[in-house]
Amino acid sequence: MKDFMFVFRSPSYEDLKLTPEQSQAAMQKWYSWIGELSAKGRYVGGAPLFNEGKMVKGKSPVITDGPFAEGKELVGGYLIIKAESLKEATELAFGYPDFDIEGSVEVREIVQMPM
Amino acid sequence: MSSDSGESTQQIVDHLFRHEAGKMIAVLTRIFGISNLELVEDTVQETFLKALQVWKYGQLPDNPSGWLMQVARNRTIDLIRRQQKMAGLSEELAERLGASTESAIQQFFLDTEIADSQLRMIFACCHPALNQEDQVALTLKTVSGFGVQEIARALLSTNSAIQKRIYRAREYIRQESVSFEIPVGPELVRRLETVYTVLYLLFNEGYNSIKADELIRYDLCAEAMRLCKLLAEHKVGAQPQTHALLSLMCFQASRFNSRIGEDNTIILLQQQDRSKWDQELIRLGYYYLNLASTGDYLSVYHIESAIAGEHCLAPDFESTNWQSLLGLYDYLLEHKPTPVVQLNRAIILAQVTDVNQAIDTILDIPHIKGLLEHHYIYAAVLGDLYGRVGNKAEARRLLETAYRLTSSLAEKKLLQDKLNSLTLRVDS
Repeated sequence: MKDFMFVFRSPSYEDLKLTPEQSQAAMQKWYSWIGELSAKGRYVGGAPLFNEGKMVKGKSPVITDGPFAEGKELVGGYLIIKAESLKEATELAFGYPDFDIEGSVEVREIVQMPM
Repeated sequence: MSSDSGESTQQIVDHLFRHEAGKMIAVLTRIFGISNLELVEDTVQETFLKALQVWKYGQLPDNPSGWLMQVARNRTIDLIRRQQKMAGLSEELAERLGASTESAIQQFFLDTEIADSQLRMIFACCHPALNQEDQVALTLKTVSGFGVQEIARALLSTNSAIQKRIYRAREYIRQESVSFEIPVGPELVRRLETVYTVLYLLFNEGYNSIKADELIRYDLCAEAMRLCKLLAEHKVGAQPQTHALLSLMCFQASRFNSRIGEDNTIILLQQQDRSKWDQELIRLGYYYLNLASTGDYLSVYHIESAIAGEHCLAPDFESTNWQSLLGLYDYLLEHKPTPVVQLNRAIILAQVTDVNQAIDTILDIPHIKGLLEHHYIYAAVLGDLYGRVGNKAEARRLLETAYRLTSSLAEKKLLQDKLNSLTLRVDS
């Protein structure tokens, strides 16, 4: 099996001002998705990213402040999962709980370096 | 960071959010005042959203509860700094205030202070001026962190009805500026009574309501026990009555899993598999009943707990000490002369002496005619007793009435079985 990275872009829940019931529901959806991936032995790990950051760019580097994009274009976190193929990894991404708040998943295979 | 994920993590998180919500709301209410409940709830909600944003990728912090409290504390400090800034103070004063604010707020987040705040919140939600329905809904929402939908499911009500109750209760608290304090002296005794009533109600709502689904009923009982324990562990709440109520809950809860069969049928005490009774809870029941046996006041909870404990002691239905139970029921009747107690006493009487005498006692209950026509439990019990003395006509009539009166499928099935066995006995 190969490793894939899911890169998530979505508006932040804080900006959306979810109600307690909505946040509880969102949490449940996330955990049942992650739980499903773990049960199938596909979950490797994942982490959130802070919204604040710096951008370093140019020959004599210019440093600018983040965030770099519109709210919903911001990368909020990533997961690493295992799948047989890009096709299968993409299908696993169907379970992503935040499509309904205009979130998206970028599915990328992680290149394995030969020894 | 721990990395276990899946079903169990989900449950941890569900309960964690619920319990921590109650804690955080209590602490923040003590800081911002009870008239600012909305600001408090918003802050708690922001804390959860932050947690959700960070935890959703499957990694929980090692101490999730501490993590949440820390975020809530930092938000609180931010909020207060912002307010101080808006007051337009000189930089020097703001700086000095800032340092002392931080350490003052820190104090509120100490474990003992958290328990203290939660107790204050329980007293506020169970304020005697609120009606009982509102007390229960507000307690579940504010102290226990249940969502409106969960409360509606637990209390067999609708979302909008629950919302109305909570709104009404909060308006009262705001307008009358209900104090956010632990009462003292004779006031404490009076206020504790109301708290007991609410906790008792919460527990019974979960224990007896056959119509609500199993999970939420279990949560309700567990929550009532958790709050009662919170009370028992606080110096103010560690009273004999608190221990008696807690022991009653332990005894009852020990039978929780043996009362309902597969396909949601009711299993009567007589048929319950006693090996399924939770021995650890029975042990705890006796432990708290022992703690309750001090002082000179014997409450209804003491007697009810002794009754429940007596049932737990018997290895099987036949060896139940009916004589002792009858004595306890006589005692209970003195303290709580209600038709339900009279009915339950009659059931014991039927075991001790003869069934006819039990039937007579039921017929002597004031307004029994109306009770038999409107409450299934009276018709069901009396019908059963008539069946046992061979008066099949009365038995059938009453069991059919009971069948008509209950809307619970589980109860209907039980009554149908009784009706069927009446017919069988006619045939043989």
